[in-house]
Amino acid sequence: MPTESSTLLPFASRHIGPSPKDVSEMLAVVGAASLDELLAQTLPQDIRQRRPLYLPSALSEAEALERARQVASQNIAMTSLIGQGYYGTILPPVIQRNILENPAWYTAYTPYQPEISQGRLEALINFQTMVADLTGLEIANASLLDEATAAAEAMAMAQRISETERTVFFADHDCHPQTLAVLKTRAEALGWQVHVGDSMRDLDASEVFGAIFQYPGTFGEIRDFREPIAKLKANNAISVIAADLLALTLLKPPGELGADIAVGSAQRFGVPMGYGGPHAAYIATRDAHKRALPGRLAGVSIDSHGNRAYRLALQTREQHIRREKATSNICTAQVLLAVIASMYAVYYGPEGLTAIARRISKTAAVLRAGLVALGCKVSTSAFFDTITVDVGARRQEVLDRARDSGINLRDIPSHHGTSCVGISCDETTTRDTIEKVWCAFGDSPETAARRSVELAGARGDIATDLRRSSEFLTHPVFHQYRSETELLRYMRRLADRDLALDRSMIPLGSCTMKLNATAEMMPLTWPEFANLHPFAPVSQAQGYASLIAQLGATLREITGYDAISFQPNSGAQGEYAGLLAVRAYHQSRGQGHRTICLIPASAHGTNPASAHMAGMDVVVVRCNESGNIDVADLRAKAEANADRLAAIMITYPSTHGVFEEEVRAICDIVHSHDGQVYLDGANLNAQVGLARPADYGADVGHLNLHKTFCIPHGGGGPGMGPIGVKAHLAPFLPGHPEQPDGPSIVGPVSAAPYGSASILVIPWLYCLMMSGEGLTAATTIAILNANYIARRLDPHYPLLYKGRFGRVAHECIVDLRPLKNSAGVSVDDVAKRLIDYGFHAPTMSFPVAGTLMIEPTESESKMEIDRFCDAMIAIREEIRSIEQGQALQDNNLLKNAPHTVLELADETWQRPYSRMQACFPKGVSATSKYWPPVNRIDNVYGDRNLICTCPPVEQFQAAAE
Amino acid sequence: MLKFTSDHEWILVENDSATVGITQYAQEQLGDVVFVDLPKSGASFEAGAAAVVVESVKAASDVYSPITGEIVDVNQEVADNPSLVNSDPMGKGWLFKMKIADQSQLDKLMDEQAYRALIAGAPHA
Ligand SMILES: Cc1ncc(COP(=O)(O)O)c(C=O)c1O
Repeated sequence: MPTESSTLLPFASRHIGPSPKDVSEMLAVVGAASLDELLAQTLPQDIRQRRPLYLPSALSEAEALERARQVASQNIAMTSLIGQGYYGTILPPVIQRNILENPAWYTAYTPYQPEISQGRLEALINFQTMVADLTGLEIANASLLDEATAAAEAMAMAQRISETERTVFFADHDCHPQTLAVLKTRAEALGWQVHVGDSMRDLDASEVFGAIFQYPGTFGEIRDFREPIAKLKANNAISVIAADLLALTLLKPPGELGADIAVGSAQRFGVPMGYGGPHAAYIATRDAHKRALPGRLAGVSIDSHGNRAYRLALQTREQHIRREKATSNICTAQVLLAVIASMYAVYYGPEGLTAIARRISKTAAVLRAGLVALGCKVSTSAFFDTITVDVGARRQEVLDRARDSGINLRDIPSHHGTSCVGISCDETTTRDTIEKVWCAFGDSPETAARRSVELAGARGDIATDLRRSSEFLTHPVFHQYRSETELLRYMRRLADRDLALDRSMIPLGSCTMKLNATAEMMPLTWPEFANLHPFAPVSQAQGYASLIAQLGATLREITGYDAISFQPNSGAQGEYAGLLAVRAYHQSRGQGHRTICLIPASAHGTNPASAHMAGMDVVVVRCNESGNIDVADLRAKAEANADRLAAIMITYPSTHGVFEEEVRAICDIVHSHDGQVYLDGANLNAQVGLARPADYGADVGHLNLHKTFCIPHGGGGPGMGPIGVKAHLAPFLPGHPEQPDGPSIVGPVSAAPYGSASILVIPWLYCLMMSGEGLTAATTIAILNANYIARRLDPHYPLLYKGRFGRVAHECIVDLRPLKNSAGVSVDDVAKRLIDYGFHAPTMSFPVAGTLMIEPTESESKMEIDRFCDAMIAIREEIRSIEQGQALQDNNLLKNAPHTVLELADETWQRPYSRMQACFPKGVSATSKYWPPVNRIDNVYGDRNLICTCPPVEQFQAAAE
Repeated sequence: MLKFTSDHEWILVENDSATVGITQYAQEQLGDVVFVDLPKSGASFEAGAAAVVVESVKAASDVYSPITGEIVDVNQEVADNPSLVNSDPMGKGWLFKMKIADQSQLDKLMDEQAYRALIAGAPHA
């Protein structure tokens, strides 16, 4: 516990913003004698942890990085030719340094405040344009979590749009095995069946609502799916193609084959494999189905001056508005990785991407010709980058010999009644690698070298009518930035339009925008972490194994759970996996009829959306005036549904930012009716070291490692949402076909066994550098910071909810609703005016409409928090002059915010206030002023005139004039 | 005959046919409408079943069928130009027409005076 005299260890003292002197000043303001007293007034006594966290003592940054190097050295990054959805790729260094390693990109939040997010929104529009062009479809979203979950989303979307009552989804047997497994998991909970077979032979289009085909297939073969697609169409069923984006530079795109939906991964567009992730998946469809798309969609609109501006479109599809009726539960996606993939396409353009694809296909052709010459049975005839070789009894020998020369091939123990190995070439595959592969099949190095020369003319073979003839990436953005200098400046220009943590605090409630320390980020791009294939032999991933084991042990100690699964790659995915565990647990006890999920009205939208995906029925529990769960209502609803009660999903501290006193009672009520308690861990930052969910009643819950444990938000992902469970639920954690632990009861929820494994290094380092003492201090200061803000703002904006002693947890909600009547001012107006002061707005209208939820985290210093409070208070004074009639209701500093430099420079300034008041209000200095690139964005125009790809050039010119 | 529901729908009855839309109050609460998802002609709805979804940028609201019946016509103009729901909710912004299955259900609906009293007591956002 930090006190004035405490000597915090170096890293913790820099992770935590306020100095010991600040802490005592802040305690005086909040009116607590000590941090201990503050905590005693904040957390209910009956949930307090009795002992400190037992974690290893803290390492310095240098020591921790040395530890990371040791762990990295236990990973062996071999040349991977495994394929199966993950490929070697070269991240252009200019993109690595200026995006992946640049806090201006990786510390940004999801672009819900579009005026300060124009840079990443433009990059996302580029991503969507790239996907739409390559797939030959009209509209693409701004990323999903991985290819397998994208396929599951496509299945659910197909079910929505097919307008049939059928419950069978057909999956071609050439789909990646992990995709088939994730589809089955998803279908099972919803009462659908997945039929796997040969689409040319086994598909009965009249019995299915949709079907999915892999293109090229997982074993490499390129097949023409036009016939089954036509049959599906004739039967009102939906066709989905899972397509390799790079192959689509050469292949006729899904849209031209008649597919309704395309999904896949953008990993090989410059994003390292990372032992499974993170990388962006995509989904694209026809315009007619745009409202059925899952996930976030960037769109084009105009600002209040009629200039072009970007924003998120059609949000009513999403969980935060539609809840259990949403098109998906997805929230955090893979924005940073989508941005990287988009820049890869911007840098190479259509010619460069095609050249990369041609080279890969040629490499595969040379490889194949050599194997044929060696007398091997190559079972793939029409291929892009992958071939499958029938090796029969020689399988292990070939795999071993390849491995001895540093190469992993794909092990296919049984395929059409024989044993095979799969070989996938990629951007990094060299002639030397190909020669080594031949040697693994029995060639000698000398003949292999000769063979390379002889076969240099071999060519890939794509049937004429499957060759791509249509143009793609014709927009100027994919042609203008081909030199490193131009790309560097383009990325810089975009970054400069955005507000991220490298400029100011992002006080978003429920999002925990804390420091993402540089030291935590550095190992991400080390080859030993970056270049491992998720299905590489475990013996090569011992570093990952020990890192995951250590982090698992740390998180178990922090939460009290008995087992952890690192498979879910977002919080929402964790909710879904956790509820599947609950479902399977009830089924195992002959209680499969337990499908009711109680969810408080204040819950995050992902909760009901996930419950729906897990096949549960949502019953909403009321909250009372103090924002707490209405225990009487809960009791009544639990009793009324006693026989069918599966679970309750609670968030603790509540989404209202308060430690409910009755949390134990709430858990007890649900347990007394044999229900399970799911604890949404989004707010764990208020508990680490002070209270453990499993101790006060949770059976299962997720942790948002991209909130509490420092994975940067990336502008909307990546994230990791591992789940913890008590022992009785451990057998029901998600399994994975690529893990050797035998069959699992619940199938996989993600494409890779450890989700986005590479970013686990961030929380692992964070915990190592903080130790139990530092983590507990961080929680304490997060609570102090929130209470300090609450105390400073309360006289100006009334605090909506507080606990028994008037305390809030790690965030607080201020009520702006009265300002609507007194001054005609909305939360939007205050949020946009904050931009003029250089701040990102707090969370708007969640969980209560018309309010702002503020979460400072422990990382913000007193100086920054004061700057924010001063801005909020100054804005309150601006509102007062509207209330008092000195300023007009419809033409004032707030209504016209944010103000751009273009407006300032306008010679005909006609506002009823000065330019200085508009652009340089109190506390804003001329030298560090953030200039929003656009005025307030017209959301209605954007949704009424939907455009989700790069606007045509004529519009660029019109906007510039 | 013009009737209202407590969910802020209006219903104009002419013989056995009823035209349905949302009220001025509902339109104000919802804000700028950007999308209207209309049912298909020929579909049947029970009284109280969700028949239409009206979307603003920030909310999606169900419009319930005030009575039981079959949809005989939908307002294609509103689908193409959703702002009609804002500019003329009781006129050009009508949503669908239905064939009334059971006249007695109309008795349970409010008349204009009762509806005005209802919204007079409701909060104005
Ligand atoms: C309370 C709460 N629950 C769940 C989630 C969903 O987490 P994720 O965005 O990682 O899917 C969030 C994140 O915003 C949240 O705030």
